[in-house]
Amino acid sequence: MSAHLPILPILAPFLAGLLLLALSGLTPAVRRALSVGAMGLQVAIALALLAATSGGEILVYRLGDWPAPWGIVLMADRLSAWFVLLATLLAFLALVHAGDGADLRGRHFHELYQMQLFGIAGAFLTGDLFNLFVFFEVLLISSYGLLLHGAGAQRLRAGLHYVVLNLIGSAVFLFAAGLIYASLGTLNMADIALRAGQMTPENLGLARAGGLLLFAVFALKAALLPLFLWLPAAYANTSAPVAALFAIMTKVGAYALLRADTLMFGPASGPLAGLFEPWLLPLALATLVIAMLGALAAENLRRLAAWLVVASIGMLLTAFALDANGIAAGLYYLPHSTFAAALLFLLAEGIARRRPARADLFSPDRDMHGFRLWGGMFFLAAVASAGLPPLSGFLGKFMILRAAGEHAAQAIVWPVILVAALAGVIALARAGSSLFFRTKNLGAGTGRQQVRPAGSPHELTAIAGLFLLILALTVAAGPVVEFTRATAAQLADPIAYIHAVLGGAR
Amino acid sequence: MEALIAIAIGALTGCGVYLLLRARSFAVVLGLTLLSYAVNLFLFASGRLVVGKPPIIGTADTFADPLPQALVLTAIVIGFAMTAFVIMLALRMRADLGNDHVDGRD
Repeated sequence: MSAHLPILPILAPFLAGLLLLALSGLTPAVRRALSVGAMGLQVAIALALLAATSGGEILVYRLGDWPAPWGIVLMADRLSAWFVLLATLLAFLALVHAGDGADLRGRHFHELYQMQLFGIAGAFLTGDLFNLFVFFEVLLISSYGLLLHGAGAQRLRAGLHYVVLNLIGSAVFLFAAGLIYASLGTLNMADIALRAGQMTPENLGLARAGGLLLFAVFALKAALLPLFLWLPAAYANTSAPVAALFAIMTKVGAYALLRADTLMFGPASGPLAGLFEPWLLPLALATLVIAMLGALAAENLRRLAAWLVVASIGMLLTAFALDANGIAAGLYYLPHSTFAAALLFLLAEGIARRRPARADLFSPDRDMHGFRLWGGMFFLAAVASAGLPPLSGFLGKFMILRAAGEHAAQAIVWPVILVAALAGVIALARAGSSLFFRTKNLGAGTGRQQVRPAGSPHELTAIAGLFLLILALTVAAGPVVEFTRATAAQLADPIAYIHAVLGGAR
Repeated sequence: MEALIAIAIGALTGCGVYLLLRARSFAVVLGLTLLSYAVNLFLFASGRLVVGKPPIIGTADTFADPLPQALVLTAIVIGFAMTAFVIMLALRMRADLGNDHVDGRD
């Protein structure tokens, strides 16, 4: 079984999705239980994968046992295992929240959800560029279904932009893959690194063009400036559990950027080494600035949360662009920012349902139902999102700042991160005070009148789970940082990947 | 041969990008289709242009690269599914929002 461990995170959601499709006649409660059970199994598999790779092994799984680079390989290292674990934990909690009723608003929610995980896990584990394209398509077509799930005019409008932009991104990805194959003669990531180191100058232009097109595609998936415009509308208009799950989707782009930057265009790649470096840091910092302006201008909580997702990508890629210490700090900040973003989306929906007339708009309303509970939870989530002490966001930001202290661009990175953090605090404080403090009597009979319980068990379980994960990340900061440092050290050595994937053949 | 393929890819890409920038969803769908045709031709060319040779090593002096053919096949299948999806989405928008503008409002 352990020999097949790298493929299990991909197979489990795929088989679960097929099973759910075959058993579509069962009652919703049974299907929900099946889906949550399958998700729990995936968390266990991800933990096993993390345990198997934490010693520094690079597990290579040759599909059909064809030797690389002719066959397709899956590749699991610390980085892949870390992202897979993060994705499955988040997906588990978001799925619990979906049990509140979001999964019944349209058909096939659970099948799409499992297929989404199939694509995400595949993208994290593949060692082949074209395979990465295929898994991107799998996760995208499921995400189209989930994004539009339950429909509605706003959702359709934002959905078309999302779908068309991603289809253009797919076309550009294929152009990039074609260019890389034409110039290097391979699509296996480790082999690309190896052959780039030995390439002749006449193909260099083609290979560079292909690499930079790849950068554009990954930047679109990660919502890096200027390719982030699709995100706020799409995330703000979909249902809460889907938006929470999508907090990991931009991180797939960040993962692809990091993998390409360290392996395909890493230090072993000769003339292609450091291809992304002139672009990554300035664009990441600019993304952070724009996202904070967007957050300050947001008129409701869902849009604020969506802009904070963009900001977290800016922060994360700033860290990845620095050096090995920056990557280690970024990998610690990554789970925190993902959980915090998901938390805000879940809270936004809960608050919108309970405010009598104005949903989650930042305008005065009568007292909401259960404002003590929801206000308290919002306060904690805001502390986490803004990166204030004592939670893990503060530790992550502090480590990123410290890594930037040793970097040539410190004079730019520090002010941008600190001012962005201040803007985040202002935006969240404004959101909290207008949602919970500015109440007025609108008179009886205006707006919707819904009396809801203070919190349904599904909602509260998912929210408490996310809080516990953030708390665990704070308490266990020592071992986690040790792990992310080891991950960054492993990424700094592409030769080890080339040896693991291609063996002693070359 | 090279010039012809290059011109075909360039023309398809140019028309595709032009149509993608239109404001009506039908034109955008056509643009996506043209762009995917351009990509498929481009992938074929990435294995270098070889005419009338088998994609098998050892049966002739030269051979056609089989990998781009496999890639094109995959890309066609995926592109076809995505086109079907985006057409359904555009039709749904036309029905629900009452117009075919990509922003959903005239």
